[in-house]
Amino acid sequence: MKKKKTLWDRFASGYLGLILLFIYLPIGYVVFFSFNESKSLTNFTGFSLRWYENMFQDSTMLQSIYYTVVVAVIATVVSTVVGTIAAIGLSKSRKLIRTIVLEVNNLPVMNPDIVTAIGLMLLFISVKMQLSLVTLILSHITFCIPYVILSIMPKLRQLDDNVAEAAMDLGATPWQALIKVIIPQIYPAILSGALIAFSMSFDDFVISFFTAGVGINNISMYVYSMKRYNPSVNALSTLIVVVVTLILILVNLIPYIRDKKIKKEEP
Amino acid sequence: MKSFFRMSYPYILWIAIFIVAPMVMILLYALSRTGNSTLTFQFTLENFTKFFRDATFMRVLFTSLRIAFLTTVFCLLIGYPAALFIANLSERAQTMMVLLLTLPMWINMLLKTYAWRGILLNFDLESEMKVFIGMVYDFLPYMIIQIHTAIAKMDRELLTASYDLGANKWKTFRRVTLPLSVPGIISGITLVFLPAVSSFVIPKLLGGGDYVLIGNLIEIYFLQAGDWNFGSAISLIMALIIIASMWLTRKLDRSEQEA
Repeated sequence: MKKKKTLWDRFASGYLGLILLFIYLPIGYVVFFSFNESKSLTNFTGFSLRWYENMFQDSTMLQSIYYTVVVAVIATVVSTVVGTIAAIGLSKSRKLIRTIVLEVNNLPVMNPDIVTAIGLMLLFISVKMQLSLVTLILSHITFCIPYVILSIMPKLRQLDDNVAEAAMDLGATPWQALIKVIIPQIYPAILSGALIAFSMSFDDFVISFFTAGVGINNISMYVYSMKRYNPSVNALSTLIVVVVTLILILVNLIPYIRDKKIKKEEP
Repeated sequence: MKSFFRMSYPYILWIAIFIVAPMVMILLYALSRTGNSTLTFQFTLENFTKFFRDATFMRVLFTSLRIAFLTTVFCLLIGYPAALFIANLSERAQTMMVLLLTLPMWINMLLKTYAWRGILLNFDLESEMKVFIGMVYDFLPYMIIQIHTAIAKMDRELLTASYDLGANKWKTFRRVTLPLSVPGIISGITLVFLPAVSSFVIPKLLGGGDYVLIGNLIEIYFLQAGDWNFGSAISLIMALIIIASMWLTRKLDRSEQEA
């Protein structure tokens, strides 16, 4: 019996290993070939950093990074603020209004991106707004807010209303109750909402493709519109992989360290 | 505290403009004669009849559904055992595996697809095969995570109870674990099928110019042909098919549970 179990376990680990191999294959591939001396994607001819140098000299690519970051930062800040306010408001609204708003809020999440994209494009054009950086940012805010709300709503539901009521009975203004009582309690949910919003905006292609003005390209649009194969993209991907990994390690490590600290301080 | 509900007003205005109005625009454009803006609305159904009467469009629709269906089935077949194996690991290993699976999800999809283009240069494959590999790659983690979440939520005592009552491993899986993981399977299917059927990046980057899916068709009519009315009609048809298939999935799930 015991021997049989270890065999099964070995099969399970092998299977999971293969899955991870499959999932990390393209990532390893770009990292590896970003250091290739030649342009080839099939032969590694020697180590070099020339694609990294090229990347920092390629003004269109740098501009696409700039637009991606600017749009993602603005969209994240606005959608986190608006989403938090809306979520708190909704949690105190009548049930019917809340249900309807949350259903509509779900539309951009459930709809295929391309439907959201053409809808926004038709809207902007109908009100005679020229597609530009502004329409791009407005679109990103629109599809980011729902994720912020979806991340905060469950946390708000667990909240004890009495605490905020008590604060106000003790003389706090509604504004103080909001800032000092409610927000601190839902802070982790706001943070994870913001993180999701940032990554949604950073990675978006379809909605940006339909709503950005001429000459405004984010990283995805730059890669999509590349006429010829450019190995500097591998260098860029490698840098993004490194940054994403660092952020995820930090995000996952912080609660872990905090827990340990608390445990240490307890006895 | 009661007055806090007013905080939702700005967002209600926002969704009216940026979520509801765009959907109405698509509907109006789809039901309007080609070349008409919504201001001079002329009702017609010809955008829809044009689509269903043309063999080329129907073939594109069929190809999109086929590849999305195959992608979903494969993600489920590959993903289910993976989710099950992960759920059997120690808690620490589970967290680690989930983290490892989520990490690539944060990396730009276009960059990953572009990497596949490089890898697939080494192989001589048909366009559809390349698109299929790209799609399975892209959506597999979502399927695994959804199913794993459902299985991890399950009460472990149920398994012990099942063994105590004399069921073997296979029977326990079939009668306890599998039914309880159905919600995860359903949301996994939704998260794979929906983006797969509407995808236009993967077919374009991996399939080359000759491989057209319904998403590419919408792009062509919006950005190249400039026929927004027909483009809107196609996206409505696509949205309806997606809604119908989601409804069917839920319905199948329910009738299975009743049986």
